[in-house]
Amino acid sequence: MAYPSVREMLAACQAEHLPLHEVILRSDLAESGLTREDSLAEMHRMWSVMCRTSAEYREEDRSNSGFAGGDAAKVEAAARAGLLLGGDYLNQVLAEALKTAECNACMKRIVAAPTAGSCGVLPAVLLPLWRAGLADEEAVCRALYVAAGFGQVIAARATLAGAEGGCQAEVGAASAMAAAALVYLKGGTAEACAEAFAMALTNLEGLVCDPVAGLVEIPCIKRNVIGAMNAVSAADMALAGVVGHIPADEVIDAMAEVGAAMSRDLRETGIGGLAGTPTGQAIREIVTMAQEEA
Amino acid sequence: MRLFDVLGPVMTGPSSSHTAGAVRIGLTARKLLGEPPARAEILLHGSFAATGRGHGTDRALVAGLLGMQPDDARIPGSFALARQAGLAFSVGTIALRGAHPNTAVLRLEGSTGHRLEVVGASIGGGRIRICSIDGITTDFGADQDTLIVHNQDSPGHVATVTACLSGHGINIATMQLYRSAAGGKAVMVLECDEPIPEEVAVYLRRQPGIVKVTTLNL
Repeated sequence: MAYPSVREMLAACQAEHLPLHEVILRSDLAESGLTREDSLAEMHRMWSVMCRTSAEYREEDRSNSGFAGGDAAKVEAAARAGLLLGGDYLNQVLAEALKTAECNACMKRIVAAPTAGSCGVLPAVLLPLWRAGLADEEAVCRALYVAAGFGQVIAARATLAGAEGGCQAEVGAASAMAAAALVYLKGGTAEACAEAFAMALTNLEGLVCDPVAGLVEIPCIKRNVIGAMNAVSAADMALAGVVGHIPADEVIDAMAEVGAAMSRDLRETGIGGLAGTPTGQAIREIVTMAQEEA
Repeated sequence: MRLFDVLGPVMTGPSSSHTAGAVRIGLTARKLLGEPPARAEILLHGSFAATGRGHGTDRALVAGLLGMQPDDARIPGSFALARQAGLAFSVGTIALRGAHPNTAVLRLEGSTGHRLEVVGASIGGGRIRICSIDGITTDFGADQDTLIVHNQDSPGHVATVTACLSGHGINIATMQLYRSAAGGKAVMVLECDEPIPEEVAVYLRRQPGIVKVTTLNL
């Protein structure tokens, strides 16, 4: 069974003298009935799809609405020209988050991680490390188990749906999962993974889901960027020994409470927030008119 | 939630509810029809109607009707593939009272003339519910092997069906009964732990008072 708390997940590592990814893998085998080989093969398949989505990104692709596409290529061009502030890794994280999220908007194949709207976060932080030879596929897959295990706790205690918890439950959750995965890849302890997870989730607490015209485009694509960047920051803080003071489980509970208190207009209805701005409304008009003409 | 529901599924974007779930509604309707559809009238309700084109909901439903899974890379091109496959379809909108915001009505005619109307809702994360079949309320997720029996509302049909399943060693996981009115049309939905063999459907179709038998094997 999935762990109902991060505390119990970490305690299982201690009690069974097993690494975190192994504890998570075993808990899922008990629940899903998959064999170990099936589960590992499935995780490698998830990773191969993440790689392929990025590889098959095309600068010229546009979404049905016409509002999404081409941004990752701009970032890559600017990075090559030396115009950007971040270093090599951060520039790639930025470009990869946009790439996968734009591919999603353009109806290409992605891995929902944990959702389609937040699919760019995990590949964004992992792909650059893998490409640079800093993590092999086996290590990446172990880190993906860790990410998924933390995600399962969010699903158990709160929600992974923007319609229920706002964007904090999608990009926030993806970011926290990615932070834990990064710390694990860098050889951090299970406790440090939990700290990174808690800090990443904390920093996106309260983020609302306000998609313009109801589409997974504005602001969702760029929110994948903040999710990825936030994951790197939280992982770096945890690797440096910084702690967030509020335990991971309590942060998840707070996220659930904040999501429940959020106005319905701010939970994937396309009514409030950015969707309700004059420009957001105007874009909705354009999209609706195009739909009626079709 | 299972691990590969958190990290996964692999799907064609952009939306698990408006795209992946829509494919599953189309695919389930095709399986319920029991043959490739030749004609389809697709009606979108609520958020499906408002944002369906931007999310590719229309193409996703057609892709499902063609037998595609939610991770099929051909989903964006499903309209052209439908023409090649001989599926004539139309897409419109409908306003249903009290329906889930992500609901589609599919009116299908199969290659041998079978007709079926399915109402399906996409309830989040790619999961769906089949809300009605041929105008009679149902509520099942189409994620288990399922037997659907339309019958006259008269005594004995439940016993006939359950005895037949038990005779074939099939365990019933859940069972729902619906009817339009006392003595009117009734529907039984049985979610099972094993696939339903064709001989069960053939046997039940011969029983008096049973109007229609549909199987959904995953």
